[in-house]
Amino acid sequence: MDQTQAAPCAKSRDRATVSRTRRSATLLGVIPAILGVGVFVAAWILVPLWILGLGPLLLVWLTLSRVGRQALAIAWVGLSTVPQRIGATSVVVVGIAGVVGVLVALQAMAAGFEATLTGAGSNDTALVLRAAANAELSSALDRPSTTLIVQAPGIARDDKGRPVASAEVVVVASVPKRKTGTDANLEVRGVGPAAWTIRPQVRMIRGRRFEPGLRELIVGQGALRQFSGLEIGDSIELNNQDWRIVGVFASDDTLESEVWGDAESIAAAYRRNGFQSVAVRLTEPAALERLRSALSADPRLRVEIQTTREYYGKQSERLTRVIRAVGIGVGIMMALGAVFGALNTMYAAVASRAREIATLRALGFTGQPVVVAVMLETMVLALAGGVLGAGIAWALFHGFTVSTLGSNFSQVVFQFQVTPGLLLRGLQWALGIGFAGGIFPALRAARLPVTTALREL
Amino acid sequence: MKYLPLLLAALLRKKARMILTLLSVAAAFTLFGMLDAVRVAFNAPQSVVGIDRLITSSRLSLIQPLPYAYLARIESTPGVAAVTYASWFGGIYQDPKNFFPNFPVEPESYLDMYPELVLPEAQRQAFLKTRTGAVVGQALADLFGWSIGDKIPLRPTIYPHRDGGEVWTFDLVGIFKAAQPELRSSEKQMLFHHTYFDEGREIGQGTVGWYGVRVEDASRADQVAQAIDRQFANSAFETRTQSERDFQLAFAKQIGDIGLIVIAIMAAVFFTLLLLTGNAMAQSIRERIPELAVLKTLGFTNAAVLLLVLTEALVLLLLGGLLGLLLADLALPIIGEASSGQLDVAMPAETWGLGIALMLGIGVAVGLPPAVKAMRLRIVDALAGR
Repeated sequence: MDQTQAAPCAKSRDRATVSRTRRSATLLGVIPAILGVGVFVAAWILVPLWILGLGPLLLVWLTLSRVGRQALAIAWVGLSTVPQRIGATSVVVVGIAGVVGVLVALQAMAAGFEATLTGAGSNDTALVLRAAANAELSSALDRPSTTLIVQAPGIARDDKGRPVASAEVVVVASVPKRKTGTDANLEVRGVGPAAWTIRPQVRMIRGRRFEPGLRELIVGQGALRQFSGLEIGDSIELNNQDWRIVGVFASDDTLESEVWGDAESIAAAYRRNGFQSVAVRLTEPAALERLRSALSADPRLRVEIQTTREYYGKQSERLTRVIRAVGIGVGIMMALGAVFGALNTMYAAVASRAREIATLRALGFTGQPVVVAVMLETMVLALAGGVLGAGIAWALFHGFTVSTLGSNFSQVVFQFQVTPGLLLRGLQWALGIGFAGGIFPALRAARLPVTTALREL
Repeated sequence: MKYLPLLLAALLRKKARMILTLLSVAAAFTLFGMLDAVRVAFNAPQSVVGIDRLITSSRLSLIQPLPYAYLARIESTPGVAAVTYASWFGGIYQDPKNFFPNFPVEPESYLDMYPELVLPEAQRQAFLKTRTGAVVGQALADLFGWSIGDKIPLRPTIYPHRDGGEVWTFDLVGIFKAAQPELRSSEKQMLFHHTYFDEGREIGQGTVGWYGVRVEDASRADQVAQAIDRQFANSAFETRTQSERDFQLAFAKQIGDIGLIVIAIMAAVFFTLLLLTGNAMAQSIRERIPELAVLKTLGFTNAAVLLLVLTEALVLLLLGGLLGLLLADLALPIIGEASSGQLDVAMPAETWGLGIALMLGIGVAVGLPPAVKAMRLRIVDALAGR
């Protein structure tokens, strides 16, 4: 009695031990597998060219080797039945499209802001500000200093021997924005006559330039679009005086968000007797050092000089860094969600086609082509999602104009720039997500026990 | 409660699928928690404190100062209970990325006007008596490790010190706390004496940046604002007076429509989530049609089956969503630390409420179609596998 009773107990105990061991073995195997996948995806995101180099090899293997051609055949069958499983596949495609769309849009915002600001700078023009001022608005240079600065060596001279330098004033005016109706800060820049030579990218597109000495202004087309009441013929109030808009200029960079007038007249309107910055054209980019040492050697001056490219680069740095960080953060969270979604769908896909896969295995296909086929299928879906997301981002956001508080505490108008580089990056992420979401279901498909899978109803 | 085993059995049928769906929901709601906290932070705190306060600044632009002489004239305007003033200093502590606002103020009237800055009495007296004294918020003191008695140097960007120095030094005599946790961001500022500021600067003496005004009757704030502006109309320094909240909102609006961007991103995320969980639920129900048919044979009513499936979806969404919001709540302080205080927001109760409402809404949207399908099952067809 005891023996027969003991035997089944022992058997079930053994079964339990065996299944426990199998479970713990799978768990032990899962963690390094996840780490391995993580490392591969990280490598793909960071150094894609190395992995992309394997692409042609893969293509050759797929088309020439026997296993490769088997994999292609299975993948083709899988892809051609997608319309029957449209609900499940749309989850993968839309999920990845969402990630890529949001990622590309946010990065395009950062890229557009940076391009607008740095576009205004170049290596052969420099900006002189008072020492320790972080922007033109906080700087102040009195007249004697300005006279000394423009005489320094390293500054280019025009054909009449005059230095190509523009002493400028920057003030902020409150003007209502078109979109919100509330007031926002508009940057008003007073420039000297040499400003046109120093900033050759600025060109008049309507109306005429302002007359020095008169209360006339020209408006950049970016500012014209963002603010109301800046058409030719309109007036704005600068310190209780009416100033008339007489022309519109374009420059494809941050200068387009400004309104320009004559420096001396604007300084007089604000009852100032001095300027805020001096923009100079260098004789050559290397002359910067000569100019810098000449200015610091003079005990009467407390100024700093940098190229306009450096200056605008610094102005854009903070906001660009924040937008980029937010973009990547949001992208990673969404990518995780997309990976889980893809895993879910592909596990279900493998499970629902278990009988087909088992049939293939029974016919003699090894595990390898099955794995490659499932991976190919997932990657194709991921690529489709990536293209969809990138396409939506490009269609909706390329050239989309926004403005925000930029340098000099005033509105900077910029456009989202969806560059081909960003689109490729989006596709890169899509393929990475596809890989992470497809590898485990693919491995499970290869390890299906043939007999039990064939028996599944 | 008696249906709990049924619910658990349904959820745990395919553990891997449930865990993956749960994790996707959690990821979506973590993102929601973080982004919504940023959106709420940008829409100036909806606190009761400050509805009776106005800001009087130059009509032309924020960078124009106002003369000190306006103080007496604003004080004598009918309806005004108290006036204080402040300016923008723009000093930097060590590194431009450590940016925090620092204001020279009229100490006594400023602290009276902003009672949400809670300063112990002894420290307040020390601040009033020390010409070079400064007070900072607790959050700022914690960030830089300051304690009372420290000397804080600030590098000026707009106002160099008259004595030729490129640094202004202040004595830390007090650390204030915010009266309510949602006003924590007001601890990230430094206040010092306007007289010390005026003595040390080379330009702009005798002017202030703006005036803070408290009105006797908050419902008549608009009329008082207009009365103040009328006094200075057509003068050399025209003013614009608006409520403190409008002032902050106008400023936030200049940065951009953050709310719109957040809503757009979350719409994309939740659309994908809807698709994903909807698909998982539909799959799960499709597999369980024979089981549901058996339940109906046993006597479960149509309504009971509907509720069972709906509750399954709701439980999935709620579990995943709450997990996600919890993760967001834990992650935000870490992000605040990592960005050295620049991106420091906390999740307000509003976000939790909105999150739970969304969970319930998405749960119903995702659970209703399969639930209705389950309810309409014909037992015979379902059992036969048709």
